[in-house]
Amino acid sequence: MKKRLMVLFALLLCVAMLAAACAPASAGTDKVIKIGVFEPQSGQNGGGGFQEVLGIRYAKEVYPTVEINGETYRIELVEADNKSDKTEAVSAAQSLVSAGCKVIIGSYGSGVSIAAGEIFLDNKVPAIGASCTNPQVTLGNDYYFRVCFLDPFQGTVMANYASQAGAKSAAVITELGDDYSSGLGTFFKDAFVKLGGTVAAEEQFQTNQTDFKAILTNVKAANPDVIFAPSSIATAPLIIKQARELGITATIMAGDTWENSSIIENAGKDAEGIVFSTFFDDAQPATAEAQKFVPGFKKYLTDNKQSDIIPAVSALGYDAYLAAINAIKSANSTDSTAIRDALTKVSFEGVTGSISFDENGDAKKDMAFIKTVQDGQFKFLKTVTVAK
Amino acid sequence: MSMTTILQHCLTGISLGGAYALIAIGYTMVYGILRLINFAHGEIFMMAGYFMIFCMSSMPYFVAIPVVILVTVALGVAIERAAYKPLRTAPRMSIMISAIGVSYLLQNLATYLFTAIPRGYPEIPFLKQTFHIKDVSASLVTFLTPVLTIVIVVLLMLLINHTKIGMAMRAVSKDFETSQLMGIKINSVISVTFVIGSALAAVGSILYFTDRMSVTPFSGTLPGLKCFVAAVFGGIGSIPGAVVGGFLIGITETILVALGYSTFSDAFTFILLIVMLLFLPTGLFGEKSTDKV
Amino acid sequence: MKTKKSTKRICSVLAFAALLAFLYLLDPNSMTMKLLQKGAILAVVAASMNLLNGFTGLFSLGQAGFMSIGAYITALLTIPVKSLDGVYYAGGMSEGIRAFKMAMEAGPAWLTSVYPFLALILGGVAAALVAALIGIPVLRLKSDYLAIATLGVSEIIRAVVSSPQMEKITNGSYGLNKIPNFPEMFGGAVPSKVTPFLIAAVCIALMVLLINSSYGRAFKAIREDETAAEAMGVNLFKHKEMAFVISSFFTGVGGGLLAMYLRSIDAKTFSIALTYDILLIIVIGGIGSMTGSVLSAFLVTVSKEGFLRFFDETLTIGGWQVPLFRAGFRMVIFSILLMAVVLFYRRGIMGTKEFSWDAVFGLPGWFKRKFGRKAARGGDGR
Repeated sequence: MKKRLMVLFALLLCVAMLAAACAPASAGTDKVIKIGVFEPQSGQNGGGGFQEVLGIRYAKEVYPTVEINGETYRIELVEADNKSDKTEAVSAAQSLVSAGCKVIIGSYGSGVSIAAGEIFLDNKVPAIGASCTNPQVTLGNDYYFRVCFLDPFQGTVMANYASQAGAKSAAVITELGDDYSSGLGTFFKDAFVKLGGTVAAEEQFQTNQTDFKAILTNVKAANPDVIFAPSSIATAPLIIKQARELGITATIMAGDTWENSSIIENAGKDAEGIVFSTFFDDAQPATAEAQKFVPGFKKYLTDNKQSDIIPAVSALGYDAYLAAINAIKSANSTDSTAIRDALTKVSFEGVTGSISFDENGDAKKDMAFIKTVQDGQFKFLKTVTVAK
Repeated sequence: MSMTTILQHCLTGISLGGAYALIAIGYTMVYGILRLINFAHGEIFMMAGYFMIFCMSSMPYFVAIPVVILVTVALGVAIERAAYKPLRTAPRMSIMISAIGVSYLLQNLATYLFTAIPRGYPEIPFLKQTFHIKDVSASLVTFLTPVLTIVIVVLLMLLINHTKIGMAMRAVSKDFETSQLMGIKINSVISVTFVIGSALAAVGSILYFTDRMSVTPFSGTLPGLKCFVAAVFGGIGSIPGAVVGGFLIGITETILVALGYSTFSDAFTFILLIVMLLFLPTGLFGEKSTDKV
Repeated sequence: MKTKKSTKRICSVLAFAALLAFLYLLDPNSMTMKLLQKGAILAVVAASMNLLNGFTGLFSLGQAGFMSIGAYITALLTIPVKSLDGVYYAGGMSEGIRAFKMAMEAGPAWLTSVYPFLALILGGVAAALVAALIGIPVLRLKSDYLAIATLGVSEIIRAVVSSPQMEKITNGSYGLNKIPNFPEMFGGAVPSKVTPFLIAAVCIALMVLLINSSYGRAFKAIREDETAAEAMGVNLFKHKEMAFVISSFFTGVGGGLLAMYLRSIDAKTFSIALTYDILLIIVIGGIGSMTGSVLSAFLVTVSKEGFLRFFDETLTIGGWQVPLFRAGFRMVIFSILLMAVVLFYRRGIMGTKEFSWDAVFGLPGWFKRKFGRKAARGGDGR
């Protein structure tokens, strides 16, 4: 009986294999150009990655085709989940390259972008990061670009804000081994000290850690005026709630990852008063493209059963997509090296401002939005520009 | 470090230790009877966390808690029947591989069913009330955990020492084959062991996750291993030993994190294990058994 | 009817040549090539784990830790000097190692081409040294305690390697990236895409030689019955330690190969899950069979990453969407397959048998006997 079952199962697997092999290939004979979507859709950055993907998918709905040499090419998005893990990132990047993508968008999370950068460089496929802010992503990699500002800028912005709000001492909590968190924490520290503040406590936690009581107890003992804790979306509500539980009343600040409605949902009323920097504010559309984007994307979000607060990373994903098709159009070819060269010269009005890249591949962005949470909603506080 | 900070750390450590103790009891009981390291126990603990998330979204908490315990127990017994019973006569390596396989299956099942994005753990209102005593503040669950652990352990010791089924469990862990010859229903005894172990894991998971507020499919792996070390430390087969081991590991882990050596907190537990195995293989309260060479 | 030795030799050479030709022709960037490379690397590690678990009977779960040692050392030594600042951007790199690397890079041409292989061997040696040290206390333990102790050792190694204190050497928990691809061999005669297969073949061949030697027989004796082996004069500790050290050497080399394959490693790459993966490979292949481990390494890698991905996509057959098919299903299927093997097919694919041309040529006869008997009995072929 067991042998029969085994044979049956093996046959079933073979049928499955055949079905997969004969599965309808991409329909039609029209011309297609593939854009890879390299984002985490699981793991600790899955929430943010998913929102970035929504922005990219919406952009494809708005601009589904691109003109190359007078012919209309349909754009096909190939998604690969890098699971917020550096090792998986390499396989995901490899699978995108093997699938024939000509340009990649992603990733949310600087660590995975740095890890996959080699693969894109080796295979000469340009990648446009949407929200990865660590400088190492583009430094030394001619094929990586990004449409967001960088961590040194972001760290300085937050340090300026803290100092202007009267904070003299700060506690910095960062994630060990996460390039974004540790990098941003270091930049904040340096900027804050330069402004005359002191760092009262520096604590580090491990990836996927859920209990911060010990760290927060040390922070509480140091009695800082403000806490800077750039962490992932998953960790944010834990830090906020546990801090308030321990009786810490200092303002908690962070970077761009904290602009996510799930933090308000999970942290509840403890989330009141947190401050963070971000790339975009849907109440202040800066460009014509943004004015078109805001209502259209809100409708897309509600159609997809998401809350209609526009996450900044979705706007960045949209802009990255626009950069990609602009470059393809001006390169007038499907060759990835030509597209990369065209990217260096691209310049257009995106949703988050005007987009063009400097010699490192970084977007020339000099404005950040500071937001807070009030009455369970994100509230815009002010814009900050830092002279370069 | 000021007194309040130290007290606060102690409180955190004892609370963590209590949760670890409850899980360690499950390991020590199963090993005592089946001589099997139930690698899947950590995963049962994790699944209990997910069950709670689902139950709380449709039932009030006083109904959800018993339901979660029941479902976890059902899961534990099902695993035993499906994966361990057929291999009872197989070499030791096979059954351990089976345990690893079950743990792997549960992790992947959880990833498939609940996605790998961390899920917020629901709040049980009365457990999350914060108390402030002088400068030390904590939620009720932090205070409750060690107390509950001690109560449960006392009840369990009463069960083991003063009931018929307890006597049967002690007999089976002393000598498997002879107990069978003496007419003890082995299957019932083993099932009862798994029932108790899984129920404790469910309670432990409620206490643990209420403090941490977030569950992922991999939340059970490391606590599971650490609790096994706790069981070995206290003496495999001894329930008070497992409790002592659990508290010890919880407290040292908190101290290490407080001192800034969080990367070593996991490593420390294993160093403790190796040291224990080399110098005191029967653990603190273990009995001298003759089959250790 | 046994085939003649010369026929067997010709068959082996032909098969080898055919495989090589296939590999040369494959596009280095295709998914197939990448999967096969990963399969080869896992085959080395699986074979070394089988040496320990299957042939010597020592149930050790420390593979991931030794792989991480090999991987980090190889990566450390092979990252080009010009990329160092980019990799170690947080804390800067230890000056001593940087000086050593610069000296190596400035060396003569033959040194630079042999250097990556030296790095691999050094990684293996480092892993072997650690194993030798650890083996002294740990190998005394009984089987389940040995398993947990080695698991613990693996976690300890991982914690030490990724600790902030080691930042100058291993870059702490940021991990190492910009690791160069596989090196070419013999000045380009063997392209870099084929290198891992050759290295894997050499490692496995060495292990097979060891198994067929007198040491191998001693290992098998220890597996069967320790007391009897000791009574026959086999020095238990010396042979266990030898098995442990040799197995760890090859595991370290496998780790180094993995670093070159992944191009970017960090401590999370070498978690306990990796050890479990290898364990499951040898279980499916048959504990105690080298051929089984190699076959199953390829089978498992290709199915896990390759065709089983089919289960992750939503499938519509004629307009009806098959339920259950979404992300993550493939791993559930894989785990169930695994439990099925553990529960019902404990011998795995090959049991304890090895590959032999006799078996291949005997296949038609086997088929005739199996299905002829069924037809003759007319029904239940049990």
